[in-house]
Amino acid sequence: MDANLLERIRHRLTPAAAELPVAHGIPVLALGASQWLDTARTLRDEFGFDMLLDVTAVDWPGQPLRFEVVAHLYSTSDLLRLRLKSRVSESAPVIASLVPLYASAAFIERECHDMFGISFAGNADLRPILLYEGFVGHPLRKDYPKRREQPLVRYRQA
Amino acid sequence: MDMKIPNPVRSAFAPTPADDDRVIVNIGPSHPATHGTVQIITELDGEKVLRADVHCGYLHRGFEKECESHTWHNLIPYVDRLNYCSGLINDFAYCQAVEALMQVQITPRCRMLRTLLGEYSRIADHITCVAAALMELGAMTAFLYLMTLRDYIYEHLADLTGARVTYSYGRIGGLARDLPNGWLKRLEQVLVEYETYIGRIHGLMDHNRIFIDRMRRVGMLSQAQAIAYGCTGPMLRSTGLARDLRRDTPYLAYADLDFEVPVGILGDNYDRYFVRMREMDESVHMIRQCVDLLPAGPINADDPRCVLPDKKLVYREIESLITHFKLIIDGPRVPAGEVYSAQEGANGELGFYLVSTGEGQPYRVHCRAPSFVHMGVAHLMLQGGQLADVVPTFGSINMIGGECDR
Repeated sequence: MDANLLERIRHRLTPAAAELPVAHGIPVLALGASQWLDTARTLRDEFGFDMLLDVTAVDWPGQPLRFEVVAHLYSTSDLLRLRLKSRVSESAPVIASLVPLYASAAFIERECHDMFGISFAGNADLRPILLYEGFVGHPLRKDYPKRREQPLVRYRQA
Repeated sequence: MDMKIPNPVRSAFAPTPADDDRVIVNIGPSHPATHGTVQIITELDGEKVLRADVHCGYLHRGFEKECESHTWHNLIPYVDRLNYCSGLINDFAYCQAVEALMQVQITPRCRMLRTLLGEYSRIADHITCVAAALMELGAMTAFLYLMTLRDYIYEHLADLTGARVTYSYGRIGGLARDLPNGWLKRLEQVLVEYETYIGRIHGLMDHNRIFIDRMRRVGMLSQAQAIAYGCTGPMLRSTGLARDLRRDTPYLAYADLDFEVPVGILGDNYDRYFVRMREMDESVHMIRQCVDLLPAGPINADDPRCVLPDKKLVYREIESLITHFKLIIDGPRVPAGEVYSAQEGANGELGFYLVSTGEGQPYRVHCRAPSFVHMGVAHLMLQGGQLADVVPTFGSINMIGGECDR
């Protein structure tokens, strides 16, 4: 891992150049939801993170900002990974979409929207992708019961 | 009884096109020509695809939700079923992620065996992709040659793991069992068969006029597009960018091996075919090195936090019995934290993002599946091409429903 590059990211992007925690080899930048897009743009344009690998979320029910949105970036030139994290609330689960920066976000954010009900402002196509039209609820939320079924075609009565 | 079934997808296009010359054609989700349950809604002008809208998710089975209610070990059969063409790579990628959280060091023999078996699986996966793509172009002989070869590999892996496709062979901190007697001897025989059969495929396909006309400059993807759409693996390498996690950030024993990273030129179907063919050659080269370098010793780490005690001891002493019981009933305690760990799967970057709260069960398991991300760029590869090219182009992406839809 390029310590120099990490140092520059730390100075540029953490408030008061605070520590940049590294979790099992991947530096983690925790952001306010409002900085999501701008930080990603800085990382892409100034630090060469040209690939968005993944966007997902973690549900922490009971915490004031319930959903933790997690994105993984990769730099194909420096071979460096970086994790972006931000929190959104249950009442307004909205965060900026990364579609203006990364084309891959269009599809990946659709899955996260399916599973957690997080809206990505700026992603014009948030139709269900792994689920189907008319599915009620968001299955990866902790309060969605595992056994709840919503069959599109009714089961045959025995 | 009301037999009307609601449409599970909402098309991006209006059902009747504005222009009389155009027509909307729906392909799938279970079209006989596409292997993989995928729905592609196309807008055609004659035979030309103007727009495409790709829908996946028909094989969604709640993998990530289900993982949250099992112990860390019990997920291994589930991860097997993600990319079911190369189940062992999934096993090892998942185990590597958990081992990173637990800070377990695997033994040198386990490291080399995982490398060897990962490459063996990669061959099986690439064979599946190439064989299906060739069959869809009518090359039935090539398909049968490749399936014969794949069956040698499957049967050989069954000798080791007990199953042909879904192996459940990885273990956190090691492997299920060591190699049986004579396994490496048979391995060399299979590799010799590989050279014979793959030689025939090269002879049948590489300079075949029909094959080239159907594959060259079809389904093209530029390097910039591939990066923007998060493509990895053969998809990215076919555009000429030699990015391979085995070389870039070596894991397992890849740092000790000598191999090349083949790349394409145009990022078309032909390049994806050829990159896969060349990668298989490199895998064979790596497997032979692994056999030479394979150290003796235990396959499981000496770590009672995750490795089951020897079965004989479980029956003889109370400590081992208790350890066994606790590991099965409560699951291994994985320290709280989060990890993202990726391996170079057959289709690209296969990553596991795990969140643990210190329990015997994961709090969150997310699989970064290369097939799913690649589906996001499929429409771009189909647009502008011919209707007949939809199937080979889709085949060359090698979308595996198990990992795409999870």
